[in-house]
Order: sequence, then structure tokens, then C-alpha cells
Amino acid sequence: MSAAMVCRGYIPADECVDDQRMINVSLLTAFLLVLGGTVFVVAHCLTDNLFLCQDPNQFIRASALRVLSSIRVPIIVPIMMLAIKEAAADLSPYVRKTSAHAIQKLYSLDPDQKEQLIEVIEKLLKDKSTLVAGSVVMAFEEVCPDRIDLIHKNYRKLCNLLVDVEEWGQVVIISMLTRYARTQFTSPWMEGAEFDENKAFYDSDSEEKKDQTEAKPYVMDPDHRLLLRNTKPLLQSRNTAVVMAVAQLYWHLAPKHEVSIVTKSLVRLLRSHREVQYIVLQNIATMSIQRKGMFEPFIKSFYVRSTDATHIKTLKLEILTNLANEANISTILREFQTYVKSQDKAFAAATIQAIGRCATNISEVTDTCLNGLVLLLSNRDEAVVAESIVVIKKLLQTQPTQHGDIIKHMAKLFDNVTVPMARASILWLMGEYCEKVPKIAPDVLRKMAKTFTAEEDIVKLQTVNLAAKLYLTNSKQTKLLTQYILNLGKYDQNYDIRDRTRFIRQLIVPNEKSGALSKYARRILLAPKPAPVLESAFKDRDRYQLGTLSHSLNLKATGYQELPDWPAVAPDQSVRNVEIVEPQRIKADLFWVSNVHCPCVCTESGSESEEESSEDSEKTSSDSGKSSSGSEKSSSESESDQKKKKKTKKAQQKKNKPAADRYAEIPAVCHTGFGSFLPKLEFITIMISFFYDFFFFCQHCLFPQNDSKNPTFRTSGISLFHMSFQVTTSSFGPLKTYELLHHMTGKGLSAKYHFPRQPCLYQPSMVAVQVILTNSSDHALEEIHIGDQSPASLNIHCFNTIERLEPGASVTVSMGIDFSDSTQAANFQLCTKEDQFSVSIQPAVGELLMPSTMTEQDFCKEQGKLQGMNETSATITMATANASRQAINKQVLSVANVGEVPSSQNNFSRFGGRTVSSRALVLLSLELSESSGALLTINTEKSVMASMLLRDLKQALAQA
Amino acid sequence: MIHSLFLINASGDIFLEKHWKSVVSRSVCDYFFEAQERATEPENVPPVIPTPHHYLISVLRHHIYFVAVIQSEVPPLFVIEFLHRVVDTFQDYFGVCTEAAIKDNVVVVYELLEEMLDNGFPLATESNILKELIKPPTILRTMVNTITGSTNVGEQLPTGQLSVVPWRRTGVKYTNNEAYFDVVEEIDAIIDKSGSTITAEIQGVIDACVKLTGMPDLTLSFMNPRLLDDVSFHPCVRFKRWEAERILSFIPPDGNFRLLSYHVSSQNLVAIPVYVKHNITFREGSSQGRFDLTLGPKQTMGKAVESVLVSSQLPRGVLNANLNPSQGTYTFDPVTKLLTWDVGKINPQKLPSLKGTMSLQAGASKPDENPTINIQFKIQQMAISGLKVNRLDMYGEKYKPFKGIKYMTKAGKFQAGLPDKWTLEYIKTELLHKEIRIN
Repeated sequence: MSAAMVCRGYIPADECVDDQRMINVSLLTAFLLVLGGTVFVVAHCLTDNLFLCQDPNQFIRASALRVLSSIRVPIIVPIMMLAIKEAAADLSPYVRKTSAHAIQKLYSLDPDQKEQLIEVIEKLLKDKSTLVAGSVVMAFEEVCPDRIDLIHKNYRKLCNLLVDVEEWGQVVIISMLTRYARTQFTSPWMEGAEFDENKAFYDSDSEEKKDQTEAKPYVMDPDHRLLLRNTKPLLQSRNTAVVMAVAQLYWHLAPKHEVSIVTKSLVRLLRSHREVQYIVLQNIATMSIQRKGMFEPFIKSFYVRSTDATHIKTLKLEILTNLANEANISTILREFQTYVKSQDKAFAAATIQAIGRCATNISEVTDTCLNGLVLLLSNRDEAVVAESIVVIKKLLQTQPTQHGDIIKHMAKLFDNVTVPMARASILWLMGEYCEKVPKIAPDVLRKMAKTFTAEEDIVKLQTVNLAAKLYLTNSKQTKLLTQYILNLGKYDQNYDIRDRTRFIRQLIVPNEKSGALSKYARRILLAPKPAPVLESAFKDRDRYQLGTLSHSLNLKATGYQELPDWPAVAPDQSVRNVEIVEPQRIKADLFWVSNVHCPCVCTESGSESEEESSEDSEKTSSDSGKSSSGSEKSSSESESDQKKKKKTKKAQQKKNKPAADRYAEIPAVCHTGFGSFLPKLEFITIMISFFYDFFFFCQHCLFPQNDSKNPTFRTSGISLFHMSFQVTTSSFGPLKTYELLHHMTGKGLSAKYHFPRQPCLYQPSMVAVQVILTNSSDHALEEIHIGDQSPASLNIHCFNTIERLEPGASVTVSMGIDFSDSTQAANFQLCTKEDQFSVSIQPAVGELLMPSTMTEQDFCKEQGKLQGMNETSATITMATANASRQAINKQVLSVANVGEVPSSQNNFSRFGGRTVSSRALVLLSLELSESSGALLTINTEKSVMASMLLRDLKQALAQA
Repeated sequence: MIHSLFLINASGDIFLEKHWKSVVSRSVCDYFFEAQERATEPENVPPVIPTPHHYLISVLRHHIYFVAVIQSEVPPLFVIEFLHRVVDTFQDYFGVCTEAAIKDNVVVVYELLEEMLDNGFPLATESNILKELIKPPTILRTMVNTITGSTNVGEQLPTGQLSVVPWRRTGVKYTNNEAYFDVVEEIDAIIDKSGSTITAEIQGVIDACVKLTGMPDLTLSFMNPRLLDDVSFHPCVRFKRWEAERILSFIPPDGNFRLLSYHVSSQNLVAIPVYVKHNITFREGSSQGRFDLTLGPKQTMGKAVESVLVSSQLPRGVLNANLNPSQGTYTFDPVTKLLTWDVGKINPQKLPSLKGTMSLQAGASKPDENPTINIQFKIQQMAISGLKVNRLDMYGEKYKPFKGIKYMTKAGKFQAGLPDKWTLEYIKTELLHKEIRIN
């Protein structure tokens, strides 16, 4: 079947028609996940996807990343890394969400990337979109769950967003926050402890001490409260996993008296599917051991129904037993009576065990239970009888004195019982209390001597025990019987029994060798034995966090993280205060709201939203806090909700001054956020570039480029270009020449090209390329021109057809290629009259730039705006020859077409440039240290370009 | 998180597998088969099974085991909930979720699974979004696809995924704007032999079918919202409004969805709509038993009790039953000892009864269990809890929608005649105890 999908999905993937692309990409994803890892696929997809990663449609960008990150081939790790970094800074939250998913994939492919990935996670954690939150926390849990410091600043935001996050994300965030809260807040359970202490103090009447404890009453951290308050509504979720997650959060974090609010919701889950019931009951079982009161009112919900599956029944039984107390024991026992009659024998046996537990726990009913169990001894079902005997044995041990008659009764039953465990239990009882039944016990031993060889091992062991005990108490009657049994045991097939027999013989039968030990035989064998404690199987489950897989299995699962204990002293609370909000992200969110992706229109909407927001910021600060969330307009929340939220916020501000600081985050947006949102300078630049685009657009349409009749117009356009952008043409030019076509393959036609580093005359977004065509053949070549191009969307400005090139002659032509700021090769065909040759121009990344002059001041200002994800830096070692400033300039300029920025500091070299196609700023700075090392920093939005450029520069500077 | 998924049918064949990360060998399911062998009933397979390197979490629906393979710690409910969501989605797409349906639509199944999880983490589970991405199969589309070789993958981009109301797709258009709400209540009860109620609970849901143009904002209010003791909502419901005003305010998803499920607490008096009188006796030493069962309506507010079906698991010793129903038909399966009586509608004037004899295995001792009786029924036009919808208003759009509401009550786990012999047994215990002492 997968083959069919491949055929359907893959073939159209090559011909990316606009609307069809989405379909193809998603099919390609399916295809890749089936065949992921084939080299063939990789080769094709890489080219396709790097291209698609830049697509204007966010879904295609996201899907392309999904495909790329699904390729499980280690070679492409660096490319994936770049793509993730790029996507993490994307304007669309959906793409950012995808990048969070991709982080996990990359991490599992290459764990060495951890450090870099953590940086991306840190960046994404700051994201304010509900779409991203769940996925990035998931990535956090997978990659660096111990980096709790990354959460501090985002803690309050996560708490506040929680309700609106999609349900799967909620589960992940809640469990992460549970762990976080356990490390950051002090225990709210101290109150209870204090209360108990107070009780003691009332008894002793010591006023002084009481005051001491009251001197430091527990005050819950407002952040702790925030978490509890914001998770509470989620108890009403339809998703059972979310409800369970909240329940465990309350269990582990809330003050004792608040935990009970989760009860009702947990009981509600019991009406869900069988599997859900199973997990929820397991958790309730653990909870009910510690807190009976929580579930007591709902005891009827745990009554077993005949249609329940066995494991559900057993769990319900467990819970009922845990909940049993003096008040309700009679009803519970009544229920148990019905359960014993169940046709499900395993369940009936478990019920008997449960009755035994109730009997030991609640002394009032011990007798009733014992009687009931004795009654069961006459049950027709052997399993029930056997289980009763085992339980009675345990019960009798707790109070053996009064129950001689029950032991007698069991001795009577002995002949009919065949279940080995039950027989062994009766034998043990006989031996242990042989003094109470002095006549019966030897008779039982006699019977056992007859059937000894046919018994099960466990029964044989107990027979040997019984014999030994009787020998010690009543040797007159049983000496011969004991010897007989010991002889039988000596030759038994099972070595355990042989071993035991030998041991017992040495112990009880005095002879010369045994010496000291046999004196103590009586004390050894007939020592009073402590009664077994009947405990819940869930007793020790509370060492695992509730709701986890480990808890469910009672076994530490791989990747389980211990829930840390409360700290004695709370760590610094102020770490969670948020002071600054980066303008970058707000910008992105606003862009997202206006749903515009085309860069050209972006500028318009950007200015619009700026105007809007400046209006907003003139209103009250709380108002613009609202608009900062960006999604307010389309928000589903009704007005009244909003008001309410605000009210509570205001109320808090009034109540608690320091707490008000914590919410300062929101007003801060309107002050710093909108002020620096689109700095004037940038705004103007964008406007100019817009007009400039428009201008060229007109020129393009109205006057075809090849129209040489109107040169003045064109030059004036260029002069405008120079003026407005201050883009300098580099005077520096040790031109590197690359081979385009060798004369052997070109049948005499050879071509070389170089980048003249001049602004392209045809279109501003094109890179100028000069091609030198030489005819090395012995005949003239005619009609040299450019044929088909690929990719089809490639925008190339071709040179005019060369009518004739004489043998030996050469001609230089210039062309313009729009590489769209990617180093993807431009493929085209170089045609002559007779032949066609496929050639390709692969630009070095440095050639996709154009220099831009700026002052040092401007440079620093711009650099300040391109921090964080937009910054790439590395320490490089320089070749000794490159120590001087001039040498550095030479090397840098040979790699990249950038302009030097005059620098006041000696150890700093700065270069500025813009990408040719999208005009994104590229800022290079090189800080020299004393030794041959240097710190190279590149600030640009185009992080893919930055890292490529970094690599090239590193290489160039390392070489002399 | 979720590594792989295996679908296993009742006969133990793996008929579909899907891997989201690397491929996990099928042999991992051997551990599951082992557990399956140990379990006596299909339902008894434990939902979580540890294996040396993986953990298997399974759900059983429609006689298919959905077994998820996971590798590290993850909340088990997370996986279970997701698996159920998968089953619900299949049901939504194919009408039924059977092995045949899955095999017939295997391409759609793989497409769905691919969209629902990304690298093991749920991506799109909302039915509205999925339907935009992948069109549900119809006969016509299947035919066209077979001929033209095209796929079910939607042509539009799933814009809903980005909005703040991810459950609703954008640009919905209908010529007839309608909104239907079904209030369905299930009553769970245990009634003892004498007809008195031991426990009774009501669970209700409000299922909606909303076909409205644009982005309507609905509010639904109840006459008696206090009845609702414990509620869980579809994510579209604004919780704050409910808290404050007890009003359901929401932007509905497009199509069918479950708006609300609720629970009416047992504190409120629950009216039991039917009663059962039964007398089943076996005599010691005799190979005959008597069977006598009568049904009657009770507190139905004049509404008819319909589709009544009585079933009872008779004791093992019963060989055959020779019964005479006053209406409807009965069947007795001598292998499973299951007696079912399809009663139909209860006529209050002439109460339906089932009387006759049972033949017991020769020489077998008297069956010790009083069989429990399960009853199923339906009552139309009534919500047994008394819940009533007050009004439905629409904001945000200008047209007038057609609104409809339907009530129905069903029997959930409705059991009658649990053995009440325990009292007798207490007395017996005391007697025996004395006896032993005398001895």
C-alpha cells in the first residue's frame, strides 16, 4: 500500500503547482516516513525542501520543515539545524510549532546538538502563542528537562496561557509545572503539621512554644497560587488525560484541604472507557491509602458490577478495602459477601483477601469476618475454601488464644481440601498451635505420613515442620512418625526438602555431633512469631508521581524523573519577574494577526498596525496590555471574560504591591513594545524600498529593459538607487573566476564567469554576473544564447544573443540572476546553433550581498536589534599572516561583498551589507583578542546565510 | 511519546501497523499475545504491559486491539485517550470501526494517522481540522479517485489550525441553517429483589449537530442548571461564563460534536422508570426450577417505555429453559446460559411477563447463585433527571437558524435482583459458630 502512496504522492511532488503543493508536501511526508533514510529521497528532498522552507505560504514552510526533519540521515544534521533556527524565528506560530517538533527529531538523530537546540528552545519558550507552548514544553522535556532555569521567566506566562493551549499540550505543561513547583516553592503541607503540633501544645499548655510556631505562618507564594488557580478549570476538560494531570498536580502541590476538589472529577472519569477506569482506579487506590476522607462520600461508585473486567474489579476491591472504617464496614462487608459468590474465581479469592484485611484493620469486625470466612470453608468451590484457609491462618495468628475450635474445624476439613497452599496453611496452624489441639495434631501427622510422597513440595515442607514441632512438644506419641517422615524426606526428589529434612534432623534429634544448637531447638522452632501485616498492594506506590507510567506499573520506567522533594527554603522568587519584552516577537505576532505573508504588503500592514497600536497605547495601559496579546480581535473570549480577568488583576495589584510588579509584564509591552516596535529609521527604509520597488516596477513594465533608446531614464534610476541606499560599489576586486563550461565538453565553446560585485543594472534584486565566452574551436560559433532554465521560477536576465563568435575570439557578456538569497545553483542551458550545454552557476554566499556604508553608531544600533536568534558567532583562529587590519579587510572582502564600517576601536573590524534580493541587513563584526584568536559575529535575519558566511569567513581567515 | 501503533483483530492477527519514529519489529506484540493468552476474557488484558525495551498500552474497541508502543515515561492516560480519539475518528470517517472498514480505507487510515501524530506527539486531533485536510471517503469520491488516481487529501489549507477557534473551520456555508441538540440520559441502577433501589445514577450528554453559516456564537441556557452536578465540556465552551451564570456560551464546531457530558448526583432523588418482579427458585434434589418475571412501568410521566430487552445470565447448572412470554420473544443459549427476552414496548394495561420452568443438570447440586437481570430500555421525549433547555440564542450572524431539541432516556447499567441472601448467611454464620463451640 505504501508503494501506491509513493507513486501517487511523489511524482506530482516534482511539479509544484501552487495550490497542489500543500497536498504534495503532506504526501511527501507520508512517503518519507515510510522510506525515510534512502539516499535517493534525501538528494531530491533536500533541494525541494530548502526551497520550500522559504515559501510565502506558512503551511508549506511548516510541512517542508516537517519533511526535512523526518529524514533520519545524520549527514543532514547541519541543514536541519539551520532550518529549525530559521523556522523558530518565523512569523507564523504554526511554523514555530513545527520547529518545536523538529527539535525533538533532531535531538533523537544527533544528541550532540543539544547545546544549540537548548538555545532554540529557550527562544521558543518565550513565545506567546498558545499554539507553540505545548510543543516547545514537550521539546524541553525531551531535550533538557533539568534546565529548570529556562522556565523561570516563562512560568507566569505558561500558567496564564494554559487554559487556551490545545489539550495534549496541557498535559505536558502541567506535568512539567508540577516538577517546577516542587523545586521552587515551599511545602504547603506545613500547615497540617503545625496544626498537629498545636494540639500537642494545648495538652501541655505551653503558651510560649505555641507563639513560636505561629511566628512564621505559612504564606503561599502567589505564583504557587496562580498555578493552582489556573489549572482548576481544566478539571472540567473532556480529555481524561488533562483531568488526571490536574488531579496529580493538586495531589502533589496543593494544601491538604484543597486536594479534595479533584475527587468529583476523578470519579467522573470512572464512567469513561475501561482502560481509562483502570488507570484512574490505580491512582485512586494510591490516594485512598493516605486520604480516606477524599473518596468516602463516593464509596458507591466503587461498587463492583458484574460486567467489569477482572482487573477493574480487583482495583475497586482494593479501594473499598482502603476506604473501610468502623462506620461503613457493615455495608462494605455486605458488598463483599456478594462478590465472594462471583463466578469469576480470581475475583472471589481477592475478595476473601480483602475481607481478611478489613478484619485486621478494624478490630470491631474481626470476629464477624472470621465467622464469615469460616462459613466459606464449607463453600463448594475449592478455590474459595483454599483462599479462606490462607486468610484465616493469617487472622488467627493475630489472636490465636480464643480460636481453638476454628483450628479443630479446619483439621476436619483437611481431608477434603486439595489446594496445596491451603493444606500447607492448615499444617502450619496445627504445628504452631499444637498445644491447643493436642489430640488432633498427631492424628493429622499420621495422615500426612501416609500420603507424604504424593504431596506437593510446599505441603511436604510444612509436614516436616509439623513433625519437628510435635516431636518437641509431644515426642512420646510422635517420635516414630517423625522419624518415618524424616526418612521419607531424606530421599525426596526435591533438594529443598532433603535439605530441610537434614537440617531438622540435626536440630531436633540429639546426637554427639549436633552439640549446642539442639539445646535451643525448642526456642528456635516454637518461637512466638509476629503476625503478618495485611497491607495494601498500593502501599508503596506513592514513591512514584501519580498519573505516570511508572506508577501504573509500580516499576521505574525508562526516562522517569523523580518528583523532587519540597525545598526547605524557597529559592529566589524574583527570578520569575519579567522585565523586558523583546520587540521582535510582538512584531511577529502582529504580523500574524493581520495574516499577511507577502513581504511587500507586510510593510503596509506593519505600518497600519503600528498606527493602531500607537493609538492604543495612548489609552490606559491595561487596555494596550490586552492588545499586546495580539489575538484579541479574533479571540474567542467574550468581553465579560476579559473584564473579569482585568478585574482580578487589578484587585491583586491593589492587594499586593510587590505582586503588582510581577504583572508589570503587560503594561511593559505598551511602553517599550510599541515605542520601539518599528523604529523610525527602519520604517523609512522600508518605505523607500517600497517606492523604489514601485519605481522599478514602472520602469520594468513601461520601458522594457533592452530599450537602449532611453538610457537617461535608466541611469537616473540607478542614481536614485545609489543615493537612497548608500550602497557602495566595492573598489576591491581580485576577481575569482569560475569555470562555467570547459571547452572539451562545450565542443570548443568555453565559458568562465565571475561576480563583478556591481549593482545589477536590470533589476535590483539580481546579482550581476559576467560571463566570458571564448571560442577555442576551429570554426565560428553562431547564435550563442541562453536556453531553458531550472528551477522554472528562476529569474534570470539573459544576455542578448551573440550572433557570431569567430574562432579564438572571446566576448564578455553580463547577466543578472535573482538567487532569492539562497545559494541554490541557477541551472540553465547555454545554446549554440547546433548544441545545448547544461551549465550551472553556484554563487558563494558572500556574493549574494551588497555593501552598505554606515556609521559605527548606526552599526551598533542595528546590531542591537538583531540579537538572539539573529546572531551567529564563533571564535576563530586566525592565520598569523592575517594579524594586521588590512590583511583582515582583504580576506573578509574576498569572501563577502560587504562594506567596511569605519571603526574607532583598534581591535574591532566591522562590515555592513545587505542581501541583494530581500535587502536584509547583514552585519559582520570581528573582535581580535591578544592571541591569534578572534570572535566573529554575524547579525542578520537570514540565519542560514549567516552560518554559511561564518563558515566561509572562518576558512578564509584561517588560511594565510 | 507514541512510537508505533499495531492493530490486532480478535483472532490475533496484526492487520495494520504504523510507525512514527523508527520501525519497531512486530515481535514486540508477542508480549501482548502472552498477556492475551493469560487473560480469560478479551476485556481482561491489562491496558499497560511492560516489555524489556518498550511499554505496550492497548485499548479494545469494536473487537480490535489498538496497541501503542512507547519507549519511555509518558502518562498512560495520554496514550489511552489518544487511542480512543483515533477510534472515534475512524468511526467518524467510515461510519463503523471494523477491520473490514479499516482495510477498505487503508489509504485514508494512514493519512489520518500521519496527520494526527507528528513524531509521536498529537498534532491535529480535531475532527473539523482533519476533515479539511483529508476528505472523508464517499462512494462517489472513492470511484473518482480510483479512476483518476487522485487522493483524499484536501485541496484547501487547514486554516482552522491557526485560528483561536481551532475546532471550527472557516468559511462554512449552508443554505439551511440548522442546530440540533440531543439530550440523552442514561440511568444506571441496581434494584434489589423486592424492587427497592440500591443505587441509581444518571449520566447525561448533550450531543449537537450544528450546521450554521459563518462564525455563530451560541448561548444555551437551562431551566434548571443546578441539577447538573459534575460537567465536562467540549473545549469550545467558555468555562468562565458557566461558572458565573450557568450558561453555555460557545462558538460551535461544524457538524456533529459532544457539547457537554454531565452527571446528576445520587443525592437528588432518581425516578426509576421501570420495575421488575422476579422469582427464580430451585429446589434441592429436583431437576426442575421455576422462573417467573414481570416488568412494569413506573414514574415515566406518561411516556411509553420502548425497546425493552431483558437479559440474564442463568446459573451453570441450568440445562434448558421452557418459558412462556406474554409478549415478545425469548432465546436461551444453552452454551453461554444467557437468557434474553426481547419485550418491545411495555403496555401499562397488560404487563409483560415471562413464566415457565428450567431443567437442571441431573445430579447437580442446587445452583447457589441468584442470577442478576440486566434491563435495557428507551424512553423518547423525556430526560429522566428533569433537565430542560430554556433557550438557544445566536449572536454574531444575522440569519435565523432552525433550532431543534430532542430528549431521550436510556438504560445504562440497569441491574435488578442482586442476591440479598447475605442476611440469611449472617444468621447461618452465627449458628455454625455456636455449633463449633458445642462440638
